[in-house]
Amino acid sequence: MNETARPEIDQLERTLMADIASAADEDAIEQVRVAAIGKKGAVSERMKTLGKMSAEERQVMGPALNGLKVRVTDAIAARKAELRDAAIEARLATETVDITLPVRPSPAETGRIHPISQVIDEITAICADMGFAVAEGPDIETDYYNFTALNFPEDHPAREMHDTFFMAPDANGERKVLRTHTSPVQIRTMEAQEPPIRIVIPGKTYRHDSDATHTPMFHQLEGLVVDKVTTVAHLKWTIEEFCKAFFEVPDVAMRFRPSYFPFTEPSLEVDIQCDRSKPGEVRFGEGNDWMEILGCGMVHPNVLRAGGLDPDVYQGFAWGIGIDRLAMLKYGMPDLRAFFDADVRWLKHYGFRPLDMPTLFGGLSQ
Amino acid sequence: MKFTLSWLKDHLDTDATLAEITEALTMIGLEVEAVDDKAQFAPFTIARVLTAEKHPDADKLKVLTVDAGDGKPVQVVCGAPNARAGLVGAFAAPGTYVPGIDLELSVGKIRGVESHGMMCSERELEMSDEHSGIIDLPEDAPVGTPFAAYAGLDDPVIEIGLTPNRPDCTGVHGIARDLAAAGLGTLKPLGIEPIAGDGACPVDVRIDAPDLCPGFALRLVRGVKNGPSPQWMQQRLIAIGLRPINALVDITNYVTFGWGRPLHVFDAAKVTGNLVVRRATDGETILGLDGKEYTLTGEMCTIADERGPESIAGIMGGEESGCDETTTDVVIESALWNPRNVARTGRDLGIITDARYRFERGVDPEFMVPGLELATRMVLDLCGGTPTETRVTGYAGHQCKTVDFPFAEVRRLTGADVEAAKSTDILERLGFDVNGRGEIAKVTAPSWRPDIEGKADLVEEVMRIHGVGNIAPLPLESHGAVNGRVLTVQQVRTRAAKRALAARGMMEAVTWSFIPAAHAAAFGGGAAALQLANPIAADMSDMRPSLLPGLLAAAQRNANVGHGDVALFEVAGTYESDTPDGQRRVAGGIRRGTATLTGAGRAWDGHAAAVGVFDAKADALAALEACGAPVDKLTVERGAPDWYHPGRSGLIKLGPKNVLGHFGELHPRTLEVLDVKGPVCGFEIFIDALPEPKRKATRTKPRLDLSPFQAVTRDFAFVVDADVAAGALQRAVAGADKQLVTGVTVFDLFEGAALGEGRKSVAVEVQIQPTDRTLTDEDLEALSGRIVASVEKATGGVLRG
Repeated sequence: MNETARPEIDQLERTLMADIASAADEDAIEQVRVAAIGKKGAVSERMKTLGKMSAEERQVMGPALNGLKVRVTDAIAARKAELRDAAIEARLATETVDITLPVRPSPAETGRIHPISQVIDEITAICADMGFAVAEGPDIETDYYNFTALNFPEDHPAREMHDTFFMAPDANGERKVLRTHTSPVQIRTMEAQEPPIRIVIPGKTYRHDSDATHTPMFHQLEGLVVDKVTTVAHLKWTIEEFCKAFFEVPDVAMRFRPSYFPFTEPSLEVDIQCDRSKPGEVRFGEGNDWMEILGCGMVHPNVLRAGGLDPDVYQGFAWGIGIDRLAMLKYGMPDLRAFFDADVRWLKHYGFRPLDMPTLFGGLSQ
Repeated sequence: MKFTLSWLKDHLDTDATLAEITEALTMIGLEVEAVDDKAQFAPFTIARVLTAEKHPDADKLKVLTVDAGDGKPVQVVCGAPNARAGLVGAFAAPGTYVPGIDLELSVGKIRGVESHGMMCSERELEMSDEHSGIIDLPEDAPVGTPFAAYAGLDDPVIEIGLTPNRPDCTGVHGIARDLAAAGLGTLKPLGIEPIAGDGACPVDVRIDAPDLCPGFALRLVRGVKNGPSPQWMQQRLIAIGLRPINALVDITNYVTFGWGRPLHVFDAAKVTGNLVVRRATDGETILGLDGKEYTLTGEMCTIADERGPESIAGIMGGEESGCDETTTDVVIESALWNPRNVARTGRDLGIITDARYRFERGVDPEFMVPGLELATRMVLDLCGGTPTETRVTGYAGHQCKTVDFPFAEVRRLTGADVEAAKSTDILERLGFDVNGRGEIAKVTAPSWRPDIEGKADLVEEVMRIHGVGNIAPLPLESHGAVNGRVLTVQQVRTRAAKRALAARGMMEAVTWSFIPAAHAAAFGGGAAALQLANPIAADMSDMRPSLLPGLLAAAQRNANVGHGDVALFEVAGTYESDTPDGQRRVAGGIRRGTATLTGAGRAWDGHAAAVGVFDAKADALAALEACGAPVDKLTVERGAPDWYHPGRSGLIKLGPKNVLGHFGELHPRTLEVLDVKGPVCGFEIFIDALPEPKRKATRTKPRLDLSPFQAVTRDFAFVVDADVAAGALQRAVAGADKQLVTGVTVFDLFEGAALGEGRKSVAVEVQIQPTDRTLTDEDLEALSGRIVASVEKATGGVLRG
């Protein structure tokens, strides 16, 4: 029997293995499994005969059949996995697309922040770090806040430095103005707040002027410090630190020249070192050229008085700078007028992505 | 203010170089705006023509040999009729730039003959318009030396930008004083001697407007001979851009620029009777020296004779009594004028003159008479004649301003340690009188410094001469007390709205605050108080009542150049009135074409639809949410302003009264007024209408309870009347069980004949989240019943069969 049984098992194994190998899909392999190791499968049926065998026979046939069952089971599992993989691959192959087709860009990448807003954010980041808060005021001002309180004498030539827009006169003949500078907010702040005061005032300003470098509406930033100790020495430090931080250069030479503004005494104008040798580009902190960048000075005693403060007790400094001009100097826009055209090609090119928020730790600009 | 270096050195004894002087000027507050060092004239040399032969091939040309002093005669072809052997003139070698013909010379052949340079005319050197021949110098002119030095063309011209507070530096003498104070040399004394007159001045003057004329001095000089002024004076006047007229007029200009003292000369023969200083009568006219007729008003001051106005006081003389070559008797006037009145008159008449420039800043009253003496001296020297005595009317003398000056003020305001002795020295060099040796001195300002009012002005004087560069920067002290926060709530919201809208693919525009009147009117504006009296252009006349017209116009401008799909926003002021509260803080935006949130235009996976009311609504709500508005408490209802499409627009409110914004498609009539083509939608939200957030004691967020029980969704379709708002139905569903229902989404709308006329179906998906146990079928059944009942009660809707 031994002699006849073994070849028969070997034959069965060869047949089963061939069936497994040739099973073409998961259904076929399942049929093979049932036929081999299902309850009534060929291997199972033979296993059932073990009980009737002699001990000797069983000792030989038992391991042989068990070995067969293990090998067939493994082979079926392997074939099943193979077939499943093939099926997945076949399905995926049918799902292939042209991955070079374009996708829609994120709106957060296509939107733009105007350079004026961005520069105001940059300035705010710098000045906040120095302890300044941001103050604002109305565009339509009274003559008092725009001129008189700021020590502009009536009919003085200093008033003519400002080409003023006037509103239509009211019933009393009084005419308001579009503020010619952000300085009225100095007075409004002093009226509303006790020193120490440390504010920057960004905002729209208006002058009756229009050419390549002047627009009837523009933006100014005013800075104001009022306390009992602040001097020209602090002013110089503040302006120097501000310029270095804003232009993102480690060092820059600056020149403070005595000048005149009605609302400061002493008054200064500030030049910044730059290199203008390459057309269309200004580099700060390099070169031998000077560029006038802002006006500043110690708050005039009459202005402090207009703000309700005693100039023998309180003192401080103020400065004013053009925001649009700062943007042009830093980012190289050639023409101021384009700032107000809302041309989407200009905005896309010179504007900033909404998620590029200026911070000191992350860098003002990317 | 322009002057030349030699002119400055008439007043300042100095060895300083031009570079040192200009640097010092800038650093003491007299900013140098331009320097012409005349280097372009340096290459021209005095040369002698040795021989002059006719050109072999041209009738009008000559071939010269020229000796430029180096002993190597050169050949020059010349066309000047006066070219001749022995002539001494100005020679330009090849390589020289000749300004009058804007050309750099090279060696060239003229009709076959080589020419190695050029003998120049005055026009070629930009000395004058003279071009009838080449420069013909005296025989003894030093051959081989620079022509510019010989002819006085090498005098550098300096231009300073003068600030309005420094009338004293409208004359060279004042500039020299400042430089001397800064250590650049010694100020030369004025050296003005009074000139005795021969009899009283026969011309009398009466001052009828003493408030406008605090002093008037004049004198007559008889028997003058007026003609061209001398070369040196003409050269200086030309150098600073003035045109020499005749000696008498040139003298007034020379004194104006030399000492900051404007004068006027009348031809005595053309003055009828005595002079009177008075306000003009309305409509009175005068022919100015510039040949233009000016109509005066009763606010303006004039010097008149019996015939009428002869001069616009302090601004411009009259043509009729002006001096020319025939003048023999001249009245020289040196007067004081009210600066404000001069400024206003000059502005109203649109006249800018050197006299106005000085009078409106305030001339030195104490120099009125010395200035007249100075002018008399020059008239006598240049034109001869016999002066009368000086007549001075109305001048009460000058009261100099005295200021109590604590020397410590310099340190208090500038941080600079300047010793009292040094401060005293600086002030005295500038002409101040310093009295007292203690901590506080009495400092008297000189008569030429009307700008000095108080201590701070003296600090500036000390600081600018001491040198601002000598003040070491000092860090601002850290200031814990200054303001709790950097930005106000409104400013935070402004910033957030900008970033949020840009993140929705919109581009931030900054448009004009003033818009055309028709645009303002179309958006509820146009009030008289918000119109500009002097707009810069007719279509920039009205303060905008809304951001939309500017944005819509901008969108159309973009469309006109081929970019029709644009999404723009602006966060800025609009103007309801001319008071500070009338300026609203608004965020507004528009979308045009197919500029939707997800992008514009066509794409392989779906084309963008035309923009509409819901795009604008989404933008408005997003901006409000970014500003911190309680979005779940907002209501949306009809009633948007009439510039919107009445059926496709809405108001966003918080509570019954507080309008936070509006949105919608634009009314076709509005678009017509703006000349804008659709499709276009827009919105505005009022940042300042949002309530201030409550100050919370803590930043801790409320506790989060995550339910472990399964969330489920159920769909309902309700049939309602067509005019039932989906929002009302949504609220009714949510209100059926505020605990269990966590969300209601409208996922389908249907109108059709099957539902009946005037009916529609609204399908909603309800999100249900149990919190204490898993819901059973019975629970869900009961909830469904409550939802249906709630909807029926609120909207009359029934479950769709």
